[in-house]
Amino acid sequence: MDWVYLIEVLVGGLLSGVMYSLVAIGFVLIYKSSGIFNFAQGTMLLFASLTFVKMTENGIGFWTALFIAAGIMVIFGVATERFVIRPLANQNLLALFMATVGLATFQEGFSQFIWDSDVHGLQMNKFLDIGLLDPNPIFMSDHIPWLDILIPQFDIFASLVAGLMIVVLAFFFQKTKTGLSLRAVSDDHMAAMAVGIPLQTVWAVVWAVTGIIALVSGLLWAERVSVSFTLIEAVMKALPVILIGGLTSIPGAIVGGLVIGVGEKLGEIYLADVFGGQGIELWFAYFMALMFLVVRPQGMFGEKLIERV
Amino acid sequence: MSKSLLKINNIEVVYNHVILALRGVTLDVEEGKVVSLLGANGSGKTTTLKACSNLLHAERGAITKGTIEYQEKDIANHGAFNLVKDGVAQVLEGRHCFSHLTVEENIMTGSFIRENSKEAKQDLERVYDHFERIRIRRKSLAGFTSGGEQQMIAMGRALMSRPKLILLDEPSMGLAPQLVEEIFAIVKALNKEGVSFLIAEQNAMVALKYADDGYIIENGRVILKGKAQDLLDRPDVKEMYLGVGKEGKTSFRDIKYYHRRKPSFT
Amino acid sequence: MIYRETGHFVTNYLKDREIFPMTFDKVVALIGLLWLFLWVPTTSEYFLSAHVIPILAVGLATVGLNILTGLTGQLSLGTAGFMCVGAFGTYNLMLRVPDYLMSLPVALLMSGIFAGLVGVVFGLPAIRIKGFYLLVSTLAAQYFVWWFFNSYAWFLNYESSGVVAIAPKFYDYWGLGNFLGVDMQGYPARYLLALVVCIGLSYFAKNLLRSNTGRNFMSVRDRDIAASVMGISVPRAKLLAFFISCFYCGVAGGIYSFLYIGNVDLMIYEVDRSFTILFMLIIGGLGSISGSWLGAIFVYEFPIVFTWVGDFIFQGAFNTAVVENVSNMVYGVFIIALLIREPGGFAALWATTKQKLRMWPYPH
Repeated sequence: MDWVYLIEVLVGGLLSGVMYSLVAIGFVLIYKSSGIFNFAQGTMLLFASLTFVKMTENGIGFWTALFIAAGIMVIFGVATERFVIRPLANQNLLALFMATVGLATFQEGFSQFIWDSDVHGLQMNKFLDIGLLDPNPIFMSDHIPWLDILIPQFDIFASLVAGLMIVVLAFFFQKTKTGLSLRAVSDDHMAAMAVGIPLQTVWAVVWAVTGIIALVSGLLWAERVSVSFTLIEAVMKALPVILIGGLTSIPGAIVGGLVIGVGEKLGEIYLADVFGGQGIELWFAYFMALMFLVVRPQGMFGEKLIERV
Repeated sequence: MSKSLLKINNIEVVYNHVILALRGVTLDVEEGKVVSLLGANGSGKTTTLKACSNLLHAERGAITKGTIEYQEKDIANHGAFNLVKDGVAQVLEGRHCFSHLTVEENIMTGSFIRENSKEAKQDLERVYDHFERIRIRRKSLAGFTSGGEQQMIAMGRALMSRPKLILLDEPSMGLAPQLVEEIFAIVKALNKEGVSFLIAEQNAMVALKYADDGYIIENGRVILKGKAQDLLDRPDVKEMYLGVGKEGKTSFRDIKYYHRRKPSFT
Repeated sequence: MIYRETGHFVTNYLKDREIFPMTFDKVVALIGLLWLFLWVPTTSEYFLSAHVIPILAVGLATVGLNILTGLTGQLSLGTAGFMCVGAFGTYNLMLRVPDYLMSLPVALLMSGIFAGLVGVVFGLPAIRIKGFYLLVSTLAAQYFVWWFFNSYAWFLNYESSGVVAIAPKFYDYWGLGNFLGVDMQGYPARYLLALVVCIGLSYFAKNLLRSNTGRNFMSVRDRDIAASVMGISVPRAKLLAFFISCFYCGVAGGIYSFLYIGNVDLMIYEVDRSFTILFMLIIGGLGSISGSWLGAIFVYEFPIVFTWVGDFIFQGAFNTAVVENVSNMVYGVFIIALLIREPGGFAALWATTKQKLRMWPYPH
């Protein structure tokens, strides 16, 4: 076992963990503000990136397409609040969860109906002249002579974007009045309504923001994988991440992503042989999350469970 | 006779399209008064309050008949948010504190309705002045405070929106008698500052003691109304709601007798 | 109501516990039950094989999930995984145990027990983990089971294609078919076996709901701390719920593979199926056994009927992808609409309708 190789693996794990975190953030945002476990996050990713890709394919410029796609996602988010979440306010969480699964089903059909179900590639460096979008990896040995590893530049770009989003969102939640009302709403819808928090506006904002996050993370995922049906499965990848991090914590989403990313890579190397089979990454993330939650049931940064009878 | 602040006009409320919870409740809260709404479990007190504060639809309920007027404006479909803005705050039954927020954050949520954050600071002080007990616990999570403290948090939260009318639902629930008296004393003090109250209560004795007017509701109907003092003096009220009967044991026949004599005006 | 419910008085406890207290209900239920058995000759093999038997299988899984999620409040997305255990368990029991010891009904029940035990293992974290966090455990079960059967070819008898067809000899029932002169591999016989299992297990579930155990489950669902204060062992209740629920799912998996598709195939036990079954449960109504069946029928038939109607109207003017996408859209919208109209699902809808009929012609 070569330790340089180990570092490469760790770095690779961290960077792929960031990709999970990106999906997880949108998840956490919705959960934190309304207690809804938003299963439609994956299809939002698909819809957003598909919309964007189809527009660029039809000759619309990068920024225009980005702007329009963001607009569509905002409209979509507001519409979701108006037609799905608002009528279901104060219902039990399982019904709300199921409603988002219904939303996911709708969106899956909708995005493939108005666009198509083909696999699209996305190459952002065609549009943006940022060095980091270069598909070639960086040889770290060029910069640090003793560190002989490869790092995909794009992953660094994705990490930077994720970091930026975290900072903005963390500020939003902890420091602003809206952030505090969001936390109040997630605790108790009824009481929030009674003290006059404009529930509907708050939710509309959250869903719109989540739509934009879905667009950003959708594009990053698309660049890495491709724009296709498989983006929906990103949500299943993100599940253990948010559960490890704690459903209500945005920093948790990031740390959880990193833990899962690294853990998966290490598991692949050290444990795959033990289990004598391929593809342990299918369940390994869930097992890690499980082990973690048994020790700490509310996740890493999740809110403490307060129970009174 | 002072001006009427809240006027409920013969409302009928149906839950889930089939369950008739209120069958015609008429009620009047005059400005600067404390009005008590008394009744047993399931008689419709909470429903009446929720109808006023526009929270019914969240529980699959709807007003099917009648009107609710606040300052001579129909508010039946006004939206909870606008209502709080106009000065009607509700304190829910069972307190409903945001358990993952600290006490202070809880109280601050009540002030979001207004833009001016300087005023909010003053109001916070004012709330703490009324509820000394929660000042010392300001930094702890509301979920870990006692029942009495939670009631105070909930009331303080409602006060932050500078309401003209507070709808107070079962403030005495699960509290020691001494605390109940304390809460009602605060209600009285707030009332002196010009806040009107509509209080739904089971503890008729305390509620009537601190109230100006009283309504008794049974099976979704108002069956008695009057000045609180008059109600306290009525023999039937005394016996059925206050538990002070005539000398000796009351037989069931007498109770039935009162039932028959109840006036019904809906 | 079309008949009166007044004037019905119970005079002893036995009568008080009846599932159908009204004579009218009793008669209707009995006729319905008889009809379920007697209509077989009047229907086609195709209808049985394409509609009825799969509904019986997934419906049974829904009832199982209902015990776990509806009754005990433990959210699960591992249903398909537990069904998978049942299917593979049945197959291996039939394959490896000598024929004179093993027959399909026995194998179904035994693999149900296997699935139940697997469920208990994955239910262990439920003692500490609550709410949505528990998803991680059930999803781990789903993915692990799937991967496990995918990786160890022994369970598929080293079939390289990943699918094994079920040999006709497995439908032998100790020579019962020959003895009666009935084709036991035919769909009518398969249907009857599935029907008997489903009716028996539904009856058990219905009674479980009304028993002490069921009430313990419900108290754990509603407030686990309060339940533990009342002297109910919460871990025991949760694990028992996991066992019973996964037993149902295991049997359902066996029925699905053996009585419906006739082969053991991993691909049908992917996580999507878990979602479908959760859908059936929610649409049917949490905590209601008859609701689970209604939900299963609805969710299973919806895409089929939708595609059929679409084909009928447009005569194939659109390709299948379009039809499928539109079907998804309509389905999604419909689910949301139903949840908005009645978050309690079909069961609550039925209760409301009944109440309205009772009051008829008055609205309240």
